[in-house]
Amino acid sequence: MAKKLVLDFKVSENRRLNSEYVVLTVKTDEEIPSITAGQFAEIKVDGNADVFLRRPFSIQDVDYNNNSLKFLIQSVGKGTETLCNLSVGSTLNILFPLGNRGFSIAPKESRVLLIGGGCGIAPLMLLGKQLLAAGVKPEFLLGARDISALTQTEEYEAIGKTYYTTVDGSKGTKGFVIHHPVLWDESNQFDMIYTCGPDAMMKAVAKYAAKRNIECEASLENTMACGFGVCLCCVTESVKGHVCVCTEGPVFNIKDLKWQISE
Amino acid sequence: MADLRIKIKNLEFKNPVMTASGTYGFGEEFEDYYNPGILGGIFVKGTTLEPRQGNKYPRMAETPSGMLNAVGLQNKGVDFILENTYPRIKKYDTNIFINVSGSKVEDYVIVTEKINEIKSIPGIELNISCPNVKEGGMAFGTSCPSAAAVVKAVRKVYDGMLIVKLSPNVTDITEIARVCEAEGADGISLINTLLGMAINAQKRKPILSTVTGGLSGPAVKPVALRMVWQVYNAVKIPIIGMGGIMNATDAIEFILAGATGVQVGTANFIDPMVCPKIIEGINNYLERHGFKSVTEIIGALEY
Repeated sequence: MAKKLVLDFKVSENRRLNSEYVVLTVKTDEEIPSITAGQFAEIKVDGNADVFLRRPFSIQDVDYNNNSLKFLIQSVGKGTETLCNLSVGSTLNILFPLGNRGFSIAPKESRVLLIGGGCGIAPLMLLGKQLLAAGVKPEFLLGARDISALTQTEEYEAIGKTYYTTVDGSKGTKGFVIHHPVLWDESNQFDMIYTCGPDAMMKAVAKYAAKRNIECEASLENTMACGFGVCLCCVTESVKGHVCVCTEGPVFNIKDLKWQISE
Repeated sequence: MADLRIKIKNLEFKNPVMTASGTYGFGEEFEDYYNPGILGGIFVKGTTLEPRQGNKYPRMAETPSGMLNAVGLQNKGVDFILENTYPRIKKYDTNIFINVSGSKVEDYVIVTEKINEIKSIPGIELNISCPNVKEGGMAFGTSCPSAAAVVKAVRKVYDGMLIVKLSPNVTDITEIARVCEAEGADGISLINTLLGMAINAQKRKPILSTVTGGLSGPAVKPVALRMVWQVYNAVKIPIIGMGGIMNATDAIEFILAGATGVQVGTANFIDPMVCPKIIEGINNYLERHGFKSVTEIIGALEY
């Protein structure tokens, strides 16, 4: 993995997707090191005395030619609200690329499904592009509460076939991602499933994959103070005991996690 | 360039800036940012006799100007650390202190005896102040007889520098400090975290798996400064001050209050470059105020 950096970036675009989400594009003068999908950054939030720690975000996209990164940010508290309201030209101090284990790239000709919900769809965009570049055709299954919460659909559709579920049925299949028919066509199973999103969603996906012996990787987002392995706060229970999500992950093969998913 | 060197007993530190146990790993995690060898000292993660898995997740809560943690001394045990980790980090040109934690006096003694075998380790920091383990830890540091017992037992088997890290969760920090001095401590470091708690009102649940945890960050700085000043006026041995140091000015405040050296803790999480910045900032302060050596401002509070 590339050396970790702490750099000042400038916001070059703040694209509002809906009342909750924005995509921030940030640029630096320095060269961006190679990023593996799933890796993340810790962003320092200035100008709000109530926000003490950095905030971790998956890297949604990287443009090596323009030295820029993209982050999908959902306003859920004081830190993210400040970030969502940043104007173009604002300076952001960013610690990256963090995480020693990103998503692995499935072999060519594999049928792969990228399942995301909420902010968890962010790293799947970069993963989709990296899979495509490696000759694997990704398919996406994105879930949300309703149509207004499904964002950047055109971007995902441009990378691969995209399926949707919404809790109210306003787009795609009604229900949660696990209810989508693409998962229940037993004649045409996936070889690999990648997932990132709410815990309950990832566990349902992991359970599905484990039952069918499908390789499955999940990206976790435990709360953390540092992001590089010194605070020891973001642990998850793994077959090796407590491990830090920030250094041993954030992407884990579900076989390495002690999730209670067997029936 | 001012003279940043300090001395505790016969041990020289190239500058007063050290890292607090549990906030700096073993230094390796910072190699991408700077050479840990520029520091005055590194106090590595709390080490116990047996490996410990630590507490369940969640272990962290952000609080106003600070954070709570409830890590619970997760570590690989003294044997692993001395055989595997220490050999990798001894190359750093700085003083590496092992933070020794335990739940029984005998455990502290056995861990210390093992460290005593390795003469290149200049000292230990006896942690009698961890608020996050059920047995021991803070219990030793909150009563004079138990603090005396553990310091005495460890002193008997340890030839190196013995720093005792005190808990702020006491009525009178000076009496604990005096007892540690009387039992042979070479220095006192303070403060460990303040016992605190965070609640999620929406879920009507505590945020930490352990309900309570240790508060650190700028929120504790006034308490820490007061305690360093009190202990400075109560004992003759040197003090390493800590608690919410985020920049050089904070560090200088601790030195003025009586600390010979300082430890930077939580700030390492937010800015991995904070320690080099503090070293530079202390030098700038000394030059600006016409001091030749940092030792001139130790306890130099005017009142």
